[in-house]
Parts: sequence; structure tokens; C-alpha cells
Amino acid sequence: MAPDFKSPSPARAPVFALVGNPNCGKSTLFNALTGLKQKVGNYPGVTVEKKVGTAYSQHGHALTLIDLPGTYSLAARSPDEAVTRDVLLGRRADTPQPDRILCIVDATNLERNLYLVHQILDLGRPVILVVNMMDLAAQAGLEIRIGRLEQELGIPVIACEAAHGKGIIELKLAMSRPDLPLSRHAWDVPAAISSAVAELQASLVASDLKAPLIARAEALLLLTDQDAMRVAGSTPLSARTAEILNAWKKRWEAEGTDWAGTLVNSRYDVITRLCSELVHRKKAVTGPSVSDRIDSFVTHPVWGWLALGGVMTLLFLSIFIFAEHPMNFIDGQTAALADWVKGSMPEGELRDLITDGAIAGVGGVVIFLPQILILFFFIGLLESTGYMARAAFIMDRLMGSVGLNGKSFIPLLSSYACAIPGIMATRTIEDKKDRLVTILIAPLMSCSARLPVYLLMIAALIPGESVPLLTKVGIMLLMYALGTFGAFGFAWLFKRTLLKGEPSMMIMELPPYRLPKLRDIALQMLERGWMFLKRAGTMILGISIVLWFLATYPKAPEGTPPDQQMAHSFAGMAGHAIEPVIKPIGFNWEIGIGVISSLAAREVFVSTMGIVFNVEDAQENTEPLRVALLSAKWPDGRPLFTPLVCFTLMIFYVFAMQCLATLAVVKRETNSWKWPAFQLFYMTGTAWVLSFIVYQGGRALGF
Amino acid sequence: MSASQILSQLPVGSLATVRDLPKQGTAFLRLREMGLLPGTSITLIRTAPLGDPIEIKVRGYHLTLRKSEAEHIVVEPATAK
Repeated sequence: MAPDFKSPSPARAPVFALVGNPNCGKSTLFNALTGLKQKVGNYPGVTVEKKVGTAYSQHGHALTLIDLPGTYSLAARSPDEAVTRDVLLGRRADTPQPDRILCIVDATNLERNLYLVHQILDLGRPVILVVNMMDLAAQAGLEIRIGRLEQELGIPVIACEAAHGKGIIELKLAMSRPDLPLSRHAWDVPAAISSAVAELQASLVASDLKAPLIARAEALLLLTDQDAMRVAGSTPLSARTAEILNAWKKRWEAEGTDWAGTLVNSRYDVITRLCSELVHRKKAVTGPSVSDRIDSFVTHPVWGWLALGGVMTLLFLSIFIFAEHPMNFIDGQTAALADWVKGSMPEGELRDLITDGAIAGVGGVVIFLPQILILFFFIGLLESTGYMARAAFIMDRLMGSVGLNGKSFIPLLSSYACAIPGIMATRTIEDKKDRLVTILIAPLMSCSARLPVYLLMIAALIPGESVPLLTKVGIMLLMYALGTFGAFGFAWLFKRTLLKGEPSMMIMELPPYRLPKLRDIALQMLERGWMFLKRAGTMILGISIVLWFLATYPKAPEGTPPDQQMAHSFAGMAGHAIEPVIKPIGFNWEIGIGVISSLAAREVFVSTMGIVFNVEDAQENTEPLRVALLSAKWPDGRPLFTPLVCFTLMIFYVFAMQCLATLAVVKRETNSWKWPAFQLFYMTGTAWVLSFIVYQGGRALGF
Repeated sequence: MSASQILSQLPVGSLATVRDLPKQGTAFLRLREMGLLPGTSITLIRTAPLGDPIEIKVRGYHLTLRKSEAEHIVVEPATAK
């Protein structure tokens, strides 16, 4: 359609990239432009989220909009930022190089936001600048001369309040323009580094086949990228260019030239000059702002902890209280569906496969969906109000004591509900090693799938009809504490051995508090929920079918009582096969079946015990199961589930890696099989060793 | 005339001008890119409840950094009037 779009085929919709600093309202704008027409996935090769949506021009033509991860600079410090940089530079084969760039800035914070704009303008692509949050800037007494900015930069500049839908039409009009002027913005590369830039640019054009303007931008970037963050899926530099770059760096190092600093300084010089002409303080703002007042409470040495504790308590209670009814509902629907299939299909293997394999297996995972949705609602709420950054600020010192930083706090907290969203939430951690350590320890936080196992074991542990609440809570707390201290212990260990590196950095903006955008939160919540269903669901479906198969085949000979079927099956054989390994920790082959089957998901242990000990309705009511467990015996007549064994089993479940859905997510998030394999090994190993110590120690003490 | 001080030792609430920060290191490059340059004025807003990290106001927004980084940043306190 437009001659200006350098698209090879006329059929392709022009691609707009949306870039900006974190907290500048990018997602709100993206949602306002694309509505529900968006797709979320991962960039192939990296696990950074890829958000692509369709917007329409004023003439009704489709426009593709890519939402790139928020970044402060093109000199990337995290995989997220590296993706933004690489997409803009056309380094990624899997993403079309954007035809145009929408650059969004926060009007209340123009000076810092313009740094990224300054880098973007170097790219030589048509840019539309969106100055968002004009209302908040006005409230802060700032007057921004949009017309002047447009004049200075020579590109369309749109004043906008994305949260209220103001400026969207003007923006769409600008996006619909067939011609967009290139920026007139020209600045002199500081003399100290200009010859290096020229030489690198020439090499990038000749050896890396880049367009001249992009080559200049890339040359400038190579000089500030001290420890260039590389992500998989991006094309590497040619040998010649890399050689030139190294030669210059060596020379400057010898001369003591601060090349990166010079470059940043000269950009800020231009920006400061520009801002002094653009931004006028209409009135002096007196007294502390609302944000300052909230912060003096929320980060207060006493009240701050109380507030954090309150938020955490609220989060936990909501996960458990609000999720209860939908979880029961899902449980009921799953059972009803299974009953319906039972009623409408002839008895047989296929029917059992569908009800006991597929429906029961997938139902066991889908049941966590309400908890995950609630958790992501809270994370979205905390993030969009700005509290999340405060939580990281308060917790940084504590997390720092094991070598992590405050940003690991929320992912770990989330893992108490379920490690899967927790691991997905580690994406906010820039440092690769910090992120990896957080992912590795996240499953140690006692997730809600362990609860049914704890509850069953506590019930079996204590004689009598009902367990006193205080005892129950006490044992439960002990298990949670074990997992938590274990997690921090391992974080400390990993940071000192396996993932040793520079201490992580904690350079973070504390954004002003803002009212949450419920629509954005809801959209994100649905996306995450869907991702969970897709990732965990497909895998669990497969595993459930396999497990069903292992428990059903081979068939026991005719005439064997049905409760002997398990012993004859592959699962029974596997249980017998691992008995020598688990005997030292007090488990027999029947528990072994439970341990193996709960590889799929821990709570499966309860239903497996129901099957193994042939108890109907083990899910609905643990009482008959408790009785069955208490009457289970070793061949020599000793009781199987002694209090010591129950306790050991709980400890085993605290530490063992028994969640294939988590392993699948870790595989995706780390992009390798190495880490999930390591996790499986170290966690299960620890579980065994600790169980061994507890069980043998307990026996020695006469329990 | 006021003497140079390091950022991590600045009292809470004080105004200062950045004089120098290390040339090397990704953290310091990022701090520069976030607008913390020689000549920039900053205010130390507060320290976290456990004393670390610190929160400063720079170019109109709030930024946190750890004391381990702040130790390397030389500032000149503004003379209070």
C-alpha cells in the first residue's frame, strides 16, 4: 500500500514495533490499539514473551503490532532487553524487521525516557513518538511543548493518555500515513570515538550486509555494550567486525578512554538541552507527592514490614479461600464428565482410558487453574500499582544474604501456590544466573499440590478420629519452613559454586503509584491461564495416559482379585524394582508406586494410594483411605505406615522433584534439558538423603 | 566549598551532585544510562528497612541501587541553606 514501507511483498501488513521504558504505559497502549486481537507466545530460541497484535489503520487496513519488552536502553542487560534490541536491529530471523517504530515515553519522566528515543532515532527507521501520561505530567505542574518537540525531532509526536483512550485516534492517523518523515535528529558522535564508529560502520555494511544507518546505530551500540548480552536465535557478528571492535577496545583501554561513558554523556547532553526548551514547570509542586507519602509508610522500618506481611497474608488467604469454590466446581465437573462417559460408553479398556487416564489426569491439573488465575491477578495488581518494586526494595537485603536480589521475592512467593507461575514470573529478573538460581529453587517452596499429601499423612500419623487443629498447623508450618530454608540454603550454595559470578545488581526504578488497569490485568491473567493450560495440560494428558497404561497392563491372570491387579502391572513391577532403593527410607513397593506416579503431579499420590489399597473414592474422602493405610503391613507383619514413615514421607515430598509440568516449564524457560535434569537429580537426591537420615535416625532412637 | 563524599555515606534527605563514578562495569554503565552522570543532582530519599539498598531521586524519578554500588560513586553534597 504505501511506497514507504520497505516490505518485500505487498500482501504483508506493515509491521510496527512498540518500544519504551518499563512503566511507561506500553501495555495499556498496546491493548488499546489491538484489543483482543493479540497473540502471545515465546520467541523461538529464547523464552522472552512475544506479543503480536493486529491494529487497523484509519482506512481499515490491517497493521501488525509487535509489543517489545520494556527497556531503558538498547545496551541490553537481560534476555528481554536483548530481544528488543535484536528485533529492532533486524538481527532475528524469526521476526520481521519492523517497518516503523512506535516509541512511547512517559511525560512525567521525559528526560530519562528520551535516552532510549535518542538511541532509537539512530536506527534510521520512521518513528512515531507517543508522549503518554500527559494528564499526570499536568498534575505534576509540567507543561510539555509537543509542537516544539515535533519540530526539533522532525517526526510525528502524539500527546496521549492511553489509560483514558485519549490520543489513540491521532496515533492511528499518524500510523496510517503512507509517508513518514525520517528524523532530522542529527548529533555528532564525540570526537574521541568517531573514527571507531566510522570504521565499524563500514565493516558492518561490507561484512554483515547491513544498511548504512542501521550499521551506524549498531556500531554505536557495540561500543556501549560492554558485556554484550547474546541470546539464542540472533545472528552473530562477522569475524572482521568483531576483530575491529576488539582492536579499538584494546587501544582505548591502553589510553584510558572511557568510550562508553563518553557516548552516554553526549547523548544526555543533547537530551538535557532539548528538555530545557520543551518542559516548563508551571507551578512549583509543594510538599511530598502522594507516592512519597505512600512510600514513607510502605517502606517504613516498622510499618513497611507489616504492610508487606499484610499483602502476603492477603495473597495467600485469597489463593486458598477464593479458589476453594471454583476448585470444588472443577472437581465436580470432572467427576460428572467421567460419570457421563461411564454411562454412555460400553464398559471396556477405551472407556477406562478416557475416564481414569485422560479425564482424571487432566482434571488433576486443571483444578489448579483458579489458584493460578488468582495468583496472576494479584501479581498483575501489585505490578501495575507499583507495589511490586517496593516489595523487591524491602526484601533485597534479605534475599541478598543468599546471593539473590529482591526481584526473586515475588517469583518465590508465587511458588507457594504453584511453581509453574512462579517460574514464569522469574522473567523480571535481569541477571541470568540469579534467574536460573531462582528457577532451580522455586519448586522447593511448598506448593499447594503438596497439601493433599501432607493432610493425608498427618491424618495417618496421628491416632484418633480427628487431628487437633494446632498439631495440624504445627506440622504443616514445619513442612513449609523446611522447604523455605532448604530453598535458601540451596540458593546460597548454588551462588557460591555452580553459578558463581559477580554479585547481582539491583538497579531498579521505583515507579510512582498508579491506579491499576483492571482490563490489562484481566487480559494478562487470561493469557497466563491459557499458557498454563496449554503447557501443563498437553504434557499431563500424555503422562496420565502413560500412567494409566502402566497401572493397567499387563493384565493379571483371570481370577486374581482386583486389588492384585496393581501388583501385576508395569507400575507394580516398577514399585518392586525400586523397593531396594526406598526400603532404607522406610517405603515399600506400594508407596513406591505412589512415588513414581506422583512424578506427574504430587497430589496424584493420594489417588494412587487409593488405587493401590483399593479404596473407593479416595479423592472425596480420606477417612477410608486413612483406615486402609493404617492397616497396611509389611510381609513380616510390621505396620507399614508408622508415624515415623508418615513423617519421613512428608519430608520426602517437601524436597523431591515430582512435577513433570514444572520440569516442562523449566525446560522451556531455560531452553535446555540440562537444568530440569539437574533439578530432578539434586532435589530428589536431597529428599532421599534427608529421608534416610530422618528414618534411620528415628529408628535408632526407637520410633 | 564542600568536600567530596561517597554516596553510600550521605545522610538521608540530603541533596548532592554526582562527581564521579567508575568507568567500567555493567552496573555503572546502566546507572549512567539511567541518567546518573557526573554533574547530575540527586537527593537521597531513604534507605530500605534493612539499611540496604538506598533510594535516590534523579532527574525527577526514583531509583534504587545497592550500597555496594553506591560506595563507588563520589558525590559533592550541596551546601544546605
